[in-house]
Amino acid sequence: MSTATAKTELEGVALAAPDKERLSALLVGQERPPRPSALSASMTFGWRAMLKIKHVPEQLFDVTAFPIMLVLMYTYLFGGALAGSTEEYIQFLLPGIMVMSVVMITMYTGIAVNTDIAKGVFDRFRTLPIWRPAPMVGYLLGDVLRYLLASAVMLAIGMIIGFRPDGGVLGVLAGVALLVLFSFAFSWIWTMFGLLLRSEKSVMGVSMMVIFPLTFLSNVFVDPKTMPGWLQAFVNNSPVTHLATAVRELMAGNWPASDIAWTLGWAGVLVVVFGAVTMRLYNRK
Amino acid sequence: MSTELAIETTGLVKVFGDNRAVDGIDLAVPTGTVYGVLGPNGAGKTTVVRMLATLLRPDGGTARVFGKDVVKEADAVRSRVSLTGQYASVDEDLTGVENLVLLARLLGHSKPAARDRAAQLLEGFGLSEAAAKQVKNYSGGMRRRIDIAASILNTPDVLFLDEPTTGLDPRSRNQVWDIVRAVVAHGTTVLLTTQYLDEADQLASRIAVIDHGKVIAEGTKGELKASVGAGTVHLRLRDGGQRAEAQQVLALALNAEVQLDADPVALTARVDGQSTEQGAAEQAGRALAELARCGITVDNFSLGQPSLDEVFLALTDKKGVAA
Repeated sequence: MSTATAKTELEGVALAAPDKERLSALLVGQERPPRPSALSASMTFGWRAMLKIKHVPEQLFDVTAFPIMLVLMYTYLFGGALAGSTEEYIQFLLPGIMVMSVVMITMYTGIAVNTDIAKGVFDRFRTLPIWRPAPMVGYLLGDVLRYLLASAVMLAIGMIIGFRPDGGVLGVLAGVALLVLFSFAFSWIWTMFGLLLRSEKSVMGVSMMVIFPLTFLSNVFVDPKTMPGWLQAFVNNSPVTHLATAVRELMAGNWPASDIAWTLGWAGVLVVVFGAVTMRLYNRK
Repeated sequence: MSTELAIETTGLVKVFGDNRAVDGIDLAVPTGTVYGVLGPNGAGKTTVVRMLATLLRPDGGTARVFGKDVVKEADAVRSRVSLTGQYASVDEDLTGVENLVLLARLLGHSKPAARDRAAQLLEGFGLSEAAAKQVKNYSGGMRRRIDIAASILNTPDVLFLDEPTTGLDPRSRNQVWDIVRAVVAHGTTVLLTTQYLDEADQLASRIAVIDHGKVIAEGTKGELKASVGAGTVHLRLRDGGQRAEAQQVLALALNAEVQLDADPVALTARVDGQSTEQGAAEQAGRALAELARCGITVDNFSLGQPSLDEVFLALTDKKGVAA
């Protein structure tokens, strides 16, 4: 409806013809500025991601309503059975469910890349003399905002239903910072799939195949001690487990050096491997 | 070759599966001109442009823009070219002003400079009132204009225009042509692909006709037209019943094949003008006199250079015969 009204509004405007003399004035005596730095170009693409959110705010549904749903669902579903009460369980669950939700949300990056890349505007980006990874980094910078928003929403709902982190403000912020950093690195998997796969649906399908085992087969919901040996081997070495432990401990006021180191190590590997594959695909596309 | 070439390709090839979309194309585009690449749908025009704009890697041959190789020195090429693609190369979800500011920032302008430049261009292109609307709500002509505005944020040395007026109404098409003329007057070299002969005729100084990934003719507009014949005579008779007789008289007088048009009172004949001593106009004059002597009334007569349509049909026909 809004589109239809906008179109009629614009019809009169379309008749305004460009003026020849003014046109040539636009072309004369322009000096070319130096090319932007890698950071500046990436930030500009990040700004593009913000503008998209501004024009289609509904897309924030997945970082607001979805995380609230997950927190409430799992707390009341498992709380009594696993920890005796929901208040007990939320202390254990909330950092983990934050990790799970945010890592899940990262997969929307792949879908965004996939739908965007087919549009003509990407041809223009690719003919600009800029740092090549900037458009991809820009997506991820925009997504960092979404991760922060999801984390804030989940913390808020957690606090309302009884989450009391011993680590205080600093511990919580450190946990969120680690989570967002890891998610930024993890998203490069999705930029790769976004460029590799042909349709939005296949990106969605592959993302689910990766994200569900990775997030569920971890220590987000329960302590892995009761799992069979082979599963423990997987769970204990999963990057999501290291991340969940690190975030949980940071929020509890501890300093889980080894889990932080593992998480940062995984993040580094993810960026190097999938960043490189993404850029190769991007240049070949 | 004293003048510098803006674009030079030799034996350019691009293969998609078993389709040789571009099959050995040689182009030499002089600096500061409009060069038309003319061909039907699927001839390989867009593929050539995409290779020149560093979007596709050639599978064979070389392509250079101001002497820089489009593969090995892609970044140097990118800093001198702009592309306006067949589909709007702007972000449809953003507003006109957001698009221009975004791209100006990516070209290295500071925030205030980017805003100034965007405002200037929007005004110059008659888009000020639509500046705050999302591009997806623009009409076809407005989209083209914002697209070209985005291409000249920094005035490029080479501008690629891939079918810039496809799907536009005549008024918008004329506006795009005016913009292209202004850009060229400034010194930018324009490579224009089009399937409209009229457009190449209006804008381009040299034209390459391509079909099935190969150049089938190349030259100035005059050369291309001359290669088909000096001109074409169009006649309209008062009485359609006399057409068969008129056809015979004309064929004798002009020593050329005379075609009957779809219109029942009209005829068309190609005047050679080169194989005889007489010029085309003289031949046509004699033919008219001959018709009058036979009592055939001619209501309307014209002698014109062959249109590019005729050139194109003649060229593709020849190829069909050869194959």
